[in-house]
Amino acid sequence: MAALAVLVTVFANTSAFAQEAAAGAAAAAPKQIDMVPIYKSAVFYTMLFLLLCLFVAIVGKAIRVYELTREAQEKPEGINWDTVNAVIFVLFLIVGLGGVYFEYTVHGNMILPDAASEHGKKIDSMFNITLILTTIVFIGTHIALFLFSFFYRNSGKRKAYFYPHNNSLERIWTIVPALVLTVLVLMGFLTWRSIFYKIDDPNNKPLSIEVTSQQFLWTLRYPGADGVVGLKNYKLITGTNGLGMDFNDKNNLDDQNADEMVIPVNKPVRLIITSKDVVHSVYMPHFRVQLNSVPGMTSYFEFTPTITSEDMKLKTNDPAFQYLLFCSKICGSGHYNMKKVIRVVSQAEYDAWIVKQPLFINNDLRKEFKLPLVPDAAAPAAAPADSTAAPKDSSAVAMNKPALKK
Amino acid sequence: MSTITLHDTHNNGHHDDHDHGHHEQSFLTKYVFSQDHKMIAKQFLITGIVMAVIAMGLSILFRIQLAWPDKSFPILETFLGKWAEGGRIKPDFYLALVTIHGTIMVFFVLTAGLSGTFSNLLIPLQLGVRDMASPFMNMLSYWLFFVACIIMMSSFFVQTGPASAGWTIYPPLSALPKAIPGSGLGMTLWLTSMVLFVASQLMGGINYVSTVLNMRTKGMDLWKMPLTIWAFFLTAILGVLSFPVLVAGVVLLIFDRSFGTSFYLSDIVMGSQVLPNEGGSPILWEHLFWFLGHPEVYIVIMPALGISSEVISVNARKPIFGYHAMVYSLIGITVLSFIVWGHHMFVTGMNPLLGGVFMITTLIIAVPSAVKTFNYLATLWRGNIRFTPAMLCAIGMVSFFISGGLTGIFLGNASLDINLHDTYFVVAHFHLVMGSAAIFGMLAGVYHWYPKMFGRMMNAKLGYLHFWVTFVCAYLVFFPLHFLGLDGVPRRYYAFTEFEFMQKWVTVNVFVTWSAIVAALAQVAFLFNFFYSIFFGKKATQNPWESNTLEWTTPVEHIHGNWPGEIPTVHRWPYDYSKPGAEQDFIPQTVPYSETMLSNMPHDFEGNAESERIQREWDAKNAPEKTEVHFH
Repeated sequence: MAALAVLVTVFANTSAFAQEAAAGAAAAAPKQIDMVPIYKSAVFYTMLFLLLCLFVAIVGKAIRVYELTREAQEKPEGINWDTVNAVIFVLFLIVGLGGVYFEYTVHGNMILPDAASEHGKKIDSMFNITLILTTIVFIGTHIALFLFSFFYRNSGKRKAYFYPHNNSLERIWTIVPALVLTVLVLMGFLTWRSIFYKIDDPNNKPLSIEVTSQQFLWTLRYPGADGVVGLKNYKLITGTNGLGMDFNDKNNLDDQNADEMVIPVNKPVRLIITSKDVVHSVYMPHFRVQLNSVPGMTSYFEFTPTITSEDMKLKTNDPAFQYLLFCSKICGSGHYNMKKVIRVVSQAEYDAWIVKQPLFINNDLRKEFKLPLVPDAAAPAAAPADSTAAPKDSSAVAMNKPALKK
Repeated sequence: MSTITLHDTHNNGHHDDHDHGHHEQSFLTKYVFSQDHKMIAKQFLITGIVMAVIAMGLSILFRIQLAWPDKSFPILETFLGKWAEGGRIKPDFYLALVTIHGTIMVFFVLTAGLSGTFSNLLIPLQLGVRDMASPFMNMLSYWLFFVACIIMMSSFFVQTGPASAGWTIYPPLSALPKAIPGSGLGMTLWLTSMVLFVASQLMGGINYVSTVLNMRTKGMDLWKMPLTIWAFFLTAILGVLSFPVLVAGVVLLIFDRSFGTSFYLSDIVMGSQVLPNEGGSPILWEHLFWFLGHPEVYIVIMPALGISSEVISVNARKPIFGYHAMVYSLIGITVLSFIVWGHHMFVTGMNPLLGGVFMITTLIIAVPSAVKTFNYLATLWRGNIRFTPAMLCAIGMVSFFISGGLTGIFLGNASLDINLHDTYFVVAHFHLVMGSAAIFGMLAGVYHWYPKMFGRMMNAKLGYLHFWVTFVCAYLVFFPLHFLGLDGVPRRYYAFTEFEFMQKWVTVNVFVTWSAIVAALAQVAFLFNFFYSIFFGKKATQNPWESNTLEWTTPVEHIHGNWPGEIPTVHRWPYDYSKPGAEQDFIPQTVPYSETMLSNMPHDFEGNAESERIQREWDAKNAPEKTEVHFH
């Protein structure tokens, strides 16, 4: 059966190739890329590599001749390769330590700025502790590894020390890592709990924002004045109702669409994460937030931003700085381009911004759900069912205002 | 069991005296449909090498895309056609490259190429067995693997391209051809190939386990087995218990794809089309996949650890430090590896309570790994190290195992994983600990047992060149990638062009790509050395590394049945190197204690009072100074 499958594929692919070749020929003709210099350069690089191989071969032969002459003259072996390799290990250690220092200082300075969220600070401090511990072990064990390699290289004079085991030594290096790891596990466990098992502060209730992923964009839904995002059902999804919101649920009537995620500083934000098609991942590295969006399942992540975008621009000394939300789970050809800008602002700025965001509902949807129409002249203009086009329309603001008073 | 025995001549239990090696074999039965474990090992190795070269080539292709995202390479169009129109790799094809690179490397090279080669070669040879428990099943195992390779590669020749949902093929992306073209016929081929591959692994694994358990030669009790065999044995157990789960998962995925079931699918809208599937969960696939997937990474690394233990001990001319601890840590890793799969799923949205539990089990597994590392270091300490190419690779393996293992402590911590998951930090981590470490373990094995496989030696100097360039370049490739991850750059991104903050990493990408190209070219040194030496290498002696284990007691010329006469009897553990009082710095396992009275130590007799008495009397008579040292 497998053989059959192979045969089938072979046939399939020959035909595919034939088609491709035809298409390729058709495409190549108008473009008229001159392939000659390209082939020439390919040949050039191949020759260069062969030349390198030749060089290596000549050096190899030279070494061989040298060693043979030494042998013929009955002198000790010409090159002591054990010593050569042992010395390279030491060189590797020295250069490598320099390289690690370079990486830590140069590339280490290009990484994310300090966490801009409450739980992120805990993650950062735990990261630093782990980094210090692992760096010590990393450097220590490598020094031992390469220096032992150097000092205990074969000298031809010595016999190795017969040392099959030492129980107390082994006990030490079982127990010490176990203890260190216990500390790390405890810290990690407590932090993890504090991130995912939050007790709501009645005075500072989280702002719920729904993030829905699809190939290859995000749709944001703000809950409106009632603070609740309404029910939705994927079966209701149409061209005008991109999220499948059920407008028979009153909570949906004030839900707002937004082009960028604007969140007030120091106020907890509860992300409600869903997906329309495949698995994506909501990744907001500056806030140390990541959670997959899974079709058929709703997940939640709560975090509190602590630094406004403006402050972060000053902190990072980068006037173009932006908080970002992007996808970190392979989701198709546009995976590399799924961006949403996040702006952390003061509560006042947020309040001013949110009233300007359009509602999801419009008269078309009202008709569809048999709801009373709103007699608004400009109503058709405010139909941002699709997140890709979210016009900032004043009519939407007008509709929104009464709802906000509550 | 008396451990002081005369060189024993009774051959009870070995009445299988059919004329090994005398019957004529046709080309087909000798080289193609061979049932001889040594030939099957070579078949696995060469197929593995070919697949490794292909997968490495694929990685160079996508590294080129990452380094020069805006540049056109018309030559790519010549070879790849519509997948690189205008000389630039397309996003879909980029994902296909990443997917197939991962699949080939993890399954076809580091699982089949590594376990398949060395378990087949060494289990019979190091345990004193004439062949595997079931040679026919062993042959089937190879041929199923071979067909799986062919099917996997054939997906490059279908119109919609190879599978491209990542090597973990999470549905719904892998289930819906509309989501990505690679989930069409390419994914069907991937799944078919994987089912055959798992069948191959099961046949191999069952063979390895039954051979190790039932067919060891006289005197070879479990605690006298070399660490290589322990590693292969435990690896096989892992594979036998976890691979079937992947098949279960794959079959359900096939049902979802072809027969309209909803095991993994629910609430999906593709474009404007509402799919009818309800009630499934992609998380189920993730559980099933990682239930294999995590043991899989230990299936990859444990043989490498076993090989390194053996190679380091032989070439440091020292017993491996803490043999028992090494075995127990392997057992610990084996058991624990079944209960850590959830650390791949911390941020999938599964219940956070599970995340906490899996974090604990994951970080516990670091303890046996640490023990192994320190034991390697203690083995090198005060050794008499010969830097054969195999030894260099084994040391390189230890280095990568440390570097990659330590970053695992970050990722195993659920809280830290929130920000590191699916970034380049993960890429760097597993390429060091599972990619580079396992490859270097494999290379160490190839250099070390090449004389056993082909009866000839590889060129040592080319081996040095190959090792040093590869070792340095592997670090140059993977070390900087950690920092991309720490900057929040996700993996499997086709280009860094769409994000302002990623632009600064493009220069690093160029550097990494050049390092990868140099590393790839360095493999030419290995390939040349490997294939040239098969025919023209220096003829090997019977025991070129002066090693203790049984495989070096077989004749250089291969014969079916391995030993021309009687199967050797084992008298001692495999690590009596540089034993005080011994004439040479190694004592093969076949040498009875009665022949090495001067070097025997009290613990050699495992509490056998009679043997200890004989030894004590002998010592009192012949070596009074030794009695002073060892018996007081």
